[in-house]
Amino acid sequence: MTLNLPADPPPGPESSSMGLATATSEPLGEASAAAAAPGMLPAGKPRSAFRRSLEVFLENKLAVTGVAIFVAVFLFCFLGPVFYHTDQVHVNLAIENLPPSAEHPLGTDANGHDVLGRLMVAGQISLTVGIAAAALATIVGVLWGAVAGYFGGPLDSVMMRIVDAMLSIPTLFLALVVVAIVTPTTPILILVIALTSWLTTSRLVRGEALSLRVREYVQAMKVMGGGGTRAVLRHIAPNAIGTIMVNATFQVADAIALVVALSYLGLGIAPPKQDWGGMLSDGVQYVYNGYWWLIFPAGIAIILVITAAIFVGEGLRDAVEVRLQRR
Amino acid sequence: MVLLIVTMITFALLRMIPGNVAVAVMGPGAYRNPEAIKLFNETYGFNLPWYRQYLLWLGNLARGNLGFSWTLNQSVASLLATRLPKTIALVGLSTLLALVVAIPIGVIQAVRRNKLTDHVFNALSTIFYATPVFLIGIVSILLFAIKFPIFPPEGPQGEGVGAIFADFNALILPICTLALVTIALFSRYMRSSVLDNLTEDYVRTARAKGASERRVLIRHVLRNSLIPIATLLGLSLPGILAGALITEAVFNYPGMGYLFFQSALKQDYPTLLGFTVVVALATVVGSLLADIAYAVLDPRVRYVSS
Repeated sequence: MTLNLPADPPPGPESSSMGLATATSEPLGEASAAAAAPGMLPAGKPRSAFRRSLEVFLENKLAVTGVAIFVAVFLFCFLGPVFYHTDQVHVNLAIENLPPSAEHPLGTDANGHDVLGRLMVAGQISLTVGIAAAALATIVGVLWGAVAGYFGGPLDSVMMRIVDAMLSIPTLFLALVVVAIVTPTTPILILVIALTSWLTTSRLVRGEALSLRVREYVQAMKVMGGGGTRAVLRHIAPNAIGTIMVNATFQVADAIALVVALSYLGLGIAPPKQDWGGMLSDGVQYVYNGYWWLIFPAGIAIILVITAAIFVGEGLRDAVEVRLQRR
Repeated sequence: MVLLIVTMITFALLRMIPGNVAVAVMGPGAYRNPEAIKLFNETYGFNLPWYRQYLLWLGNLARGNLGFSWTLNQSVASLLATRLPKTIALVGLSTLLALVVAIPIGVIQAVRRNKLTDHVFNALSTIFYATPVFLIGIVSILLFAIKFPIFPPEGPQGEGVGAIFADFNALILPICTLALVTIALFSRYMRSSVLDNLTEDYVRTARAKGASERRVLIRHVLRNSLIPIATLLGLSLPGILAGALITEAVFNYPGMGYLFFQSALKQDYPTLLGFTVVVALATVVGSLLADIAYAVLDPRVRYVSS
């Protein structure tokens, strides 16, 4: 529970959608034990905090598997189409809904598009939206939280009350309202997801900022005449990087889940473009006829990517906790 | 206070609607009839400046008037009255089921920590947590409604809550779908909560006094481990409600989430707005209850009024 705000009395989770971020406090013991062993063997030069964290991360098999899966899916989606050419533009009803065969390893969909090729192209959108939204949400959240935590006072109160208010509307509901108002193109969808999911990050970073701003080096910088902007950008944000990285990884999982859900509901990526959620929502209309290849490839891809992101996030958290302990 | 900001945010969102509301509601033909547009704007107060509109809406809200649905020609409050109980039934039953299943799983995992059972349940809970709710829904329909037609593929379609329960067979799939995701979340918390408690001094004391392992677990550890779960329950309400929305969409379950989704498709803003406020209210009440439950269950926690 080290990620919790010092200001919050109950050791509850930050929010339910980010539940896994604080789910297990127990790996702390495991991880530090694992870190202590290799650290003690060579009595030579001391290792940097980064090296130690990296070691802990690499020892976590699930986390490494997660990275491998993520890289594999990424290559599959972005490099796959280079080697596996398919026509994803023209409708060809002569070959609609074909079962898997040598020519179409995963069959074809209702428009005669090759499902394997579609999976790659759709995956590009899902991954792009997920990662871009998570990155944007992290940037907004870090700045918001760092400013609120560093300056404190009434500004902090106002900024955090806004976060509280937005947190009380479930992300999916908020996103649905926004998407109903504006027609979603890919950049808008990234913006919508980012603007509805930066809240947890900002809370976590605010907590970090509250403890960082009284540290000697920040005080020293202030004495030397450094301003608030410098404090936030050069000292608060970089020093909270561990927390931020862990959170960003979970954000990727959440963002992909959200965009997939929106697309499934028909309010996400607009046709002719399609992401994995769109593939599912189209496939569902036919799957009751037994066309399983229309939903299972996309479904498995989604589960793989999100599981991988969670594994990586948990591995990162363990690694960061080791670093915090040694500080 | 938080609720007030919620109303501001939702209202501001709706003010961003491009185009003419009157035309959106009455169709493009309304352009030929400026009188009708004028009348519509006056009836719904769209001719007023935005802050008067906000205050008007807020005043109505305070009196329980949530607005009027454009597409369903019904007051949002009456829609809520028919839809909300059904959602509560779904969410309540599935959460209950989730707790009943997740608590034992969490305890077993903690006791058999790092053994095969633990790893299997860990993998399962991660996978189910990562699986989109609608996928679970679709697969369960495929398996238990199409392949083996045990349950109907659709949620109960009855009018009132009584009719929903009368068609209980149809209720089982939606409840299980929603519960699966929640189980994944709760069991993880339960596991770490039990593990935290197992290292406490009172466990050693109890063991030293000769209490059986079973008694230690049930009488001492379990009770203390449930405290964070009580808080979690209140805090995970937004997530469960979002899951309920998708579950309702998959199963055509006539609850609040399904109506919210339909309203988003039809751009029925008063309904969206009213429901958002209600959901936010539920969330705020949920986290408040979580705080209270925490203080009641754990005597070490006392809130000091400043």
